[in-house]
Amino acid sequence: MREVAIIGVSMIKFGRYPDRKVEELAARAALDALKDAGVEMKQVQALYSGNLYQTSGSGQRILQQMGQTGIPVVNVANACATGSTAFREAYFAVASGAYDIVLAVGSEQMGKQGLLGAPRDPATSIEGRIGSYLMPAVFGMAGMEHMRKYGTTQEQFALASVKNHWHSTMNPLAQYQKETPLDEVMNSRVVAYPNTLLMCCPTGDGAAAAVLCSMEKARQFTTQPIKIAASVLTSDPYTDRDLTLPDINTLTRNAAKQAYEMAGIGPEDLDQVELHDCFATAELLHYENLGLCGEGEAAKHIASGAPWLGNKVPTKYEEDVAPFVDKTYQPKTKAVVNVSGGLLSKGHPLGATGVANIAEIVWHLRGQAGARQVEGAKVGLAHVIGLCSACTIHILQR
Amino acid sequence: MTTEAPPKGELRPIVPYLALGNTRDEDYLFGSRCTNCGTLYVGPRLFCGKCSGEGPFETVRFSKEGEVYVWSIIHQSVPWVKVPYIAAVIDLPEGVSVNANIEGIEPKPENLKFGMKVKMFTEVVSQDADGNQYVGYKFRPA
Repeated sequence: MREVAIIGVSMIKFGRYPDRKVEELAARAALDALKDAGVEMKQVQALYSGNLYQTSGSGQRILQQMGQTGIPVVNVANACATGSTAFREAYFAVASGAYDIVLAVGSEQMGKQGLLGAPRDPATSIEGRIGSYLMPAVFGMAGMEHMRKYGTTQEQFALASVKNHWHSTMNPLAQYQKETPLDEVMNSRVVAYPNTLLMCCPTGDGAAAAVLCSMEKARQFTTQPIKIAASVLTSDPYTDRDLTLPDINTLTRNAAKQAYEMAGIGPEDLDQVELHDCFATAELLHYENLGLCGEGEAAKHIASGAPWLGNKVPTKYEEDVAPFVDKTYQPKTKAVVNVSGGLLSKGHPLGATGVANIAEIVWHLRGQAGARQVEGAKVGLAHVIGLCSACTIHILQR
Repeated sequence: MTTEAPPKGELRPIVPYLALGNTRDEDYLFGSRCTNCGTLYVGPRLFCGKCSGEGPFETVRFSKEGEVYVWSIIHQSVPWVKVPYIAAVIDLPEGVSVNANIEGIEPKPENLKFGMKVKMFTEVVSQDADGNQYVGYKFRPA
């Protein structure tokens, strides 16, 4: 396996594009990534297209918009990890030596669809009759498990929303750029306890793209190739309640362990993490799953200021966070978490998310992230989890 | 002589792991134990996801008593479900967990406790266009 670099990235502003076809959104992102890389379409040797709802032919439809060169196209679906799995397939295609330059595109058009996976036949549906299988319930209960183990409170989970919404005000590509102080998060309507509306990511449309190149050739195109130091994909191993309450923790822990080994680093070396905060509860769970803090320390970690831009809770939110601060707690990593605004505010067009996370990290490692730049970022981690269940972790280095 | 209307439909369990008796009191949940590795599953199984064994699987009847592992109060749902309601994961003494609604208490966080004892009951929860009725299981505080 040889070293692989990212030489171009892009994402369109996430939001709602009812007058556009999804392949048009994806083609825009693909052309922007090629431009960013200084690569022409005729140099691209393969396309890996992540799209969950319109998987079949998704990549071909993109090429019909922006570059029908006849190259091989692989269409990928892997729940919310769809985009990041497409990226990983692109990585292996270059790492194996099969290709020198490939394109990974993630796209999705969800419109205003809410409550993912809601069943259509009322008579035989178990939804709402035998508990709930919808994502708000699953991630609500995953948070409740943390509450049961460690006494975590609804307010502590809500801090992730305060932080990520604040971060998104510095990201012009985020679907929402609106600050939400703690009382606003807590007073928004409950969707599935303990998650309120502002603790749930929105649905939306979006696209993102990345150009991958062998490290040996990357210097022909850029002075700032970003190295893919780890690419890991796991599925859910057998655990006791997994088939009843999807276990989002074990497969993330397995992926993190493999990714740190592959990159030869630890969580203390990370400057930046984009993790899968589909719900505010999930963000705190993944602090522990990714080793950013110890077991049961997630609430202390967010209150410490470490995962906030500048490694410090901004003055305007100090009062919100003060009741949860443990002055004896020493964060072991200064990794800023979800500085893009995260899924909570940047948005989560399923197939686009995994590639957009990669783009975000690349911008920071290149020093191109503008007002939200993580100063001196050298190493970043992108984590995505899709239910039933797939987890990807990529570690990028400059 | 009046003729009785033919039965309109049948009574069916809404999940494959609910066995229906002659009365609702006789209904029970069941699972399958892998005779190779001992893993217990909710409902029928052909293969074992833990040891990759092909069985045979032993049918295990589950108790009606359980404990709340975790819960959530759902305020937004599909059109045919009345909100808010309590969705929970219930641990059964046999060593498996099931999803279920909890009824018999107001859906408010202060009314729920981790580990609280609950008991299963069943009732008709829906009917299809052909007149078939579907029986679901629920739990209420024991």
